[in-house]
Amino acid sequence: MLETKQNPTYKLELTSSPHIHSRWSTMQAMWLVVIAIIPTVIASVLFFGFYQLLIILVSVGFALGTEAAIKAMRKREITIKDGSGLITGLLLGLIVPPNFSLSSTALGAIVAVAIGKEVFGGLGYNIFNPALVGRAFLQAAFPVPMTTWAQPNFAADGISSATPLSAFKFDSIITNNQSLVLGNIGGSLGETSAIAVLIGGIFLIAIGVVNWRIPVSTILSLFLFASLFHTIDSVKYATPMFHLFAGGFLFGTFFMATEWVTSPLTAKGMWIYGIGISLILILIRIFGGLPEGVMYSILLMNGFVPLINKFTRPKTFGKVK
Amino acid sequence: MSSKPSLSNEFVKGLWENNPIFKQVLGTCPTLAVTVSAINGIAMALATTFVLVFSSLIVSLVRKLIPTQVRIASYILIIATFVTIVDLVMKAQFPELSKSLGPYIPLIVVNCIILGRQEAFASKNSPFRSVIDALGMGSGFLLALFVLGSLREIFGSGTILGLQVMPNFYEPWLIMILPAGAFLTLGLLMGLSNFYVTHKKKIEKENIIQEYLKIKAT
Repeated sequence: MLETKQNPTYKLELTSSPHIHSRWSTMQAMWLVVIAIIPTVIASVLFFGFYQLLIILVSVGFALGTEAAIKAMRKREITIKDGSGLITGLLLGLIVPPNFSLSSTALGAIVAVAIGKEVFGGLGYNIFNPALVGRAFLQAAFPVPMTTWAQPNFAADGISSATPLSAFKFDSIITNNQSLVLGNIGGSLGETSAIAVLIGGIFLIAIGVVNWRIPVSTILSLFLFASLFHTIDSVKYATPMFHLFAGGFLFGTFFMATEWVTSPLTAKGMWIYGIGISLILILIRIFGGLPEGVMYSILLMNGFVPLINKFTRPKTFGKVK
Repeated sequence: MSSKPSLSNEFVKGLWENNPIFKQVLGTCPTLAVTVSAINGIAMALATTFVLVFSSLIVSLVRKLIPTQVRIASYILIIATFVTIVDLVMKAQFPELSKSLGPYIPLIVVNCIILGRQEAFASKNSPFRSVIDALGMGSGFLLALFVLGSLREIFGSGTILGLQVMPNFYEPWLIMILPAGAFLTLGLLMGLSNFYVTHKKKIEKENIIQEYLKIKAT
């Protein structure tokens, strides 16, 4: 007895669950996400010019400022160092169209942090992805500027000023896979370059910051659904590769759907969540009025997450029904 | 009689303490649907107040004649009479306003504020008191709809009561005149009013403690 008291290495630790901890603290993980986003930022500057960097900076600045202001108003500890506001700002900056107005970007960032996150109580309590809440607000507030796409720098022809998805939906123009992968196409800042998104996304999965099940389940199920439609009618419905690389799907699935707070906790739940995102997405893209639906599909599935968590709760060990 | 609150209290409670929108959360359907502009909000609130005041008066007058089993149906009948009057008058006198309010004028019949006041107040109180209560509730409704309508009009169209208030370079936020804007604005306003109330209560509590400590010290 006395011996154990004197020697601290024998101390028995008694804590409540969870007993398995992540390799990364919240702050470290947030910074790793920021690193993973850098290739996308570079790609957007490369394709759309230096003004885009200004959009991203304004977005980040206003996101952090709003968070600090609300925390100060509520007399809470100012937590902007945890990086969540930084990520919200970065993501929002990357999902607005190129050459978007700076004042509208600022408004979007304020709404994203204030209404998307802080009204629920701050980081860890939000139901919906804050950056997507900001974008949904902007989409409803300024529908015309939000769907005005600038031509990328290396565009070979005039048609690129529309996004590949709207070009396909309204004019039946198919963009070739090479441009889709590189990102030399019209679209929001961060969504155009599939390769840059993939580099960041695979980095995040490899170091274990995001769970592989969500991207894998969304990609697999979108591929499956798109193949199904493509085999039914190969002229009317685009190829599965087109659905994967066009629009904001990859960006959404790696950086938005995987957000820890708004995605399910269990492995089974993550599969259901991923398949749900792809199902809603393909329904919007093929049967809906809009050419793109990544934002709405992720927001809708965010709303289902508490329900998914409830129904996929693992059985208590040894419990008999 | 002395236990009853004063007449001015009966009126004021509807404005803030028991505000039909912010506190009782009644009649939110017309509130959210028609407040795309301040003028719509005012028209809706005035129409509702008219119906509320007169049905409260009639219900209070006949409260002892109505059998309990059929009271709701009787109230609805009385309310519907006044709603029909409002509807026809608005169609004749303000055809444009009537068009922009659409089906929400006839729907005043099922507005919970009105039926709620008949059930909770007019059926138990004297006609005079009921009218004062109805006026208070109507004013509270007017206040809420005017604030909501003005905010949505300022941000959604850059105007208030049709007058330009925002600078020319201001780009209107279309979302504010869409249903989503109504929910956002109402939610934030309710949050603000709750924040104010809890803040006030906290200060009151602290004052009581301070006074107690003072008494204890002496």
